[in-house]
Amino acid sequence: MNKINFLKPDNQNLSIYLYSGSFLFFIAVLDVFLGSFFGMNITSFLPNFISFLLPLILGIIGLHLIRIEFSGIRNLDLLNKHINTNIFNAALTLLIIFTVIKSIPPIMSWFIIDANITGDTKEACTGSGACWTYIKIWLNRFIYGMYPNELQWRINISFILLIGLAFVGLIPSEKIKKFLTLYYVVIYPIIAFILIYYLISGGSLGLEWVETGAWGGLSLTFIVSFFCLIFCFPVGMFLALGRRSQLPTVRYISVGFIEFWRGVPLITVLFMSSVMFPMFLPEDFFMDKLVRVIIAISLFEAAYVAEVIRGGLQALPRGQYDAAKSLGMGYWKMHIFVILPQALKLVIPGIANTFLALVKDTPLIFVVGLLEIVGMLNLAKTNPEWLGFAMEGYVFAAIIFWIICYAMSKYSYNLELKYKTER
Amino acid sequence: MSDKIIQMENVNKWFGDFQVLKDINLEVNQKQKIVVCGPSGSGKSTLIRCINRLEEHQKGRITVDGNELTEDTKDIEKIRAEVGMVFQQFNLFPHLSILDNCTLAPIWVKKMPKKQAEELAMKQLQQVQIADQAKKFPGQLSGGQQQRCAIARALCMEPKIMLFDEPTSALDPEMIKEVLDAMVNLAKAGMTMIVVTHEMGFAKEVADEVIFMDEGMIVEKQPTKDFFAKPKSDRTKLFLSQIL
Repeated sequence: MNKINFLKPDNQNLSIYLYSGSFLFFIAVLDVFLGSFFGMNITSFLPNFISFLLPLILGIIGLHLIRIEFSGIRNLDLLNKHINTNIFNAALTLLIIFTVIKSIPPIMSWFIIDANITGDTKEACTGSGACWTYIKIWLNRFIYGMYPNELQWRINISFILLIGLAFVGLIPSEKIKKFLTLYYVVIYPIIAFILIYYLISGGSLGLEWVETGAWGGLSLTFIVSFFCLIFCFPVGMFLALGRRSQLPTVRYISVGFIEFWRGVPLITVLFMSSVMFPMFLPEDFFMDKLVRVIIAISLFEAAYVAEVIRGGLQALPRGQYDAAKSLGMGYWKMHIFVILPQALKLVIPGIANTFLALVKDTPLIFVVGLLEIVGMLNLAKTNPEWLGFAMEGYVFAAIIFWIICYAMSKYSYNLELKYKTER
Repeated sequence: MSDKIIQMENVNKWFGDFQVLKDINLEVNQKQKIVVCGPSGSGKSTLIRCINRLEEHQKGRITVDGNELTEDTKDIEKIRAEVGMVFQQFNLFPHLSILDNCTLAPIWVKKMPKKQAEELAMKQLQQVQIADQAKKFPGQLSGGQQQRCAIARALCMEPKIMLFDEPTSALDPEMIKEVLDAMVNLAKAGMTMIVVTHEMGFAKEVADEVIFMDEGMIVEKQPTKDFFAKPKSDRTKLFLSQIL
């Protein structure tokens, strides 16, 4: 029989250390679990202070006992190597486990257990949790804004058509593939514009006109984001090229433009677009405020996109320019076929970053009276019938935005993988 | 017009205050092969980069195939299309396959039909013996293969002159030979070539003339045999004694 030294576990008495260590760890987790889920304190006979710290102490001792070098058990060795390397890491691991266990019950109870979704009025919300009834009743407004209920099919059809048309690229036909870039960069936005102009806005073809002030909610978020993303990218690209141009005029104009738009807050830009801009227009000239807002956000974000793309242009070695020039390519051919494909590939993460920021900037259009999803929330929370449910609204908006942004982020990551080539 | 395809008269160039080229006079006949050597920083690369105006000279005249290179040369692209260049760092386009690297310029600069361009590219790749790699990307090839592809890419434009800027300096020793072989074949086929290199074996084999440069000046310019047998200046002797 080997001597058992609890201060220095070794693999001589592997099972004794393993079982006693695991047992202590299990007790520690169980104590926290029972306390968190059932409000039971199995160590209540101890003084408060010790009872509070006991799980941590037991856990640390337990993890210390199973910290056996070269135990021969693969998973245990992996655990020891990555998580349970020393007392400090063991304590951090335990704290994270305890935090997760502690936070599950309150989150669960707010979101689901004590939440209400039945009923049509505020009075239906009796539980201490979230009042999803509020979201349910207002969902229509959160998605369509003030768009008349009986006309909402027009938005639905437009969006279904646009989503369907976005998948044209998946058709596996060589003939179509040649025109895909043209399709996505030029034709698709035009189709989108036509659909929105004739179907959502209406006013012709026997459809009732719905003014843009009535548009709102999530559908407006999508419309504004979509057009801003499409416009800001080419503008940003030309600004980036302009900033590196040999021609002083082009360069100074680009620099001036970029620095101007980067220097002002978006909220003032939007405010100017609705208040100042019309003053400079001729009397009879009318530009819809939604159009003005889209232009303003596009130009604002274009300045950021330009700087991101410029970073990519600068990362390319000079040899690429030399090689393209030596083959007789002029400025535009060189950039279209050699420089931009490589530079844009390099800046996909940066562009994605800017685009995500753009989507999350759209709520600011409330300053011109356009209410997309967050704007609608703010409106709904001040409704006297439904006071006091701001929390649910913001959580709902956060979840929606997270889904949109996560999808975009995933997509950009896939693009990165798709265009990855070895240098 | 004589058969002088490149003429340089009193060419001077400065980088800021630093003079890189001092009164360069050089004439190259058609089908002539010239090797330029010299210590680093002597202006060899700058010299040949001036010939297709990747660098601008500030004083003097450079005439390529009857066209003088000046600030307002409008069709500099046309002149460049007739002057092929191979770089030390290969400078292949990493986002395009080997075949696309070779067909890009013929298709978009010379407006060649795609099929014809691909046939030409395959022929040139065959010449440098990497036709089997045509579908791969530059990053998947060895340095020697990349440099041979770069030669093929330049030849696809069917240039009148080929410039080589230290084509073997970035290669592993065992890959140098395959690239030099490709260059020797090209020389035998009668291409006008200006080669910046330290490969004196190559110079002895193919060069008609060897130029030795130091501190921005052409120190010595002699037919190949004389250059190695009886160099005139002491500087050349010193250089040759160090690298031979």
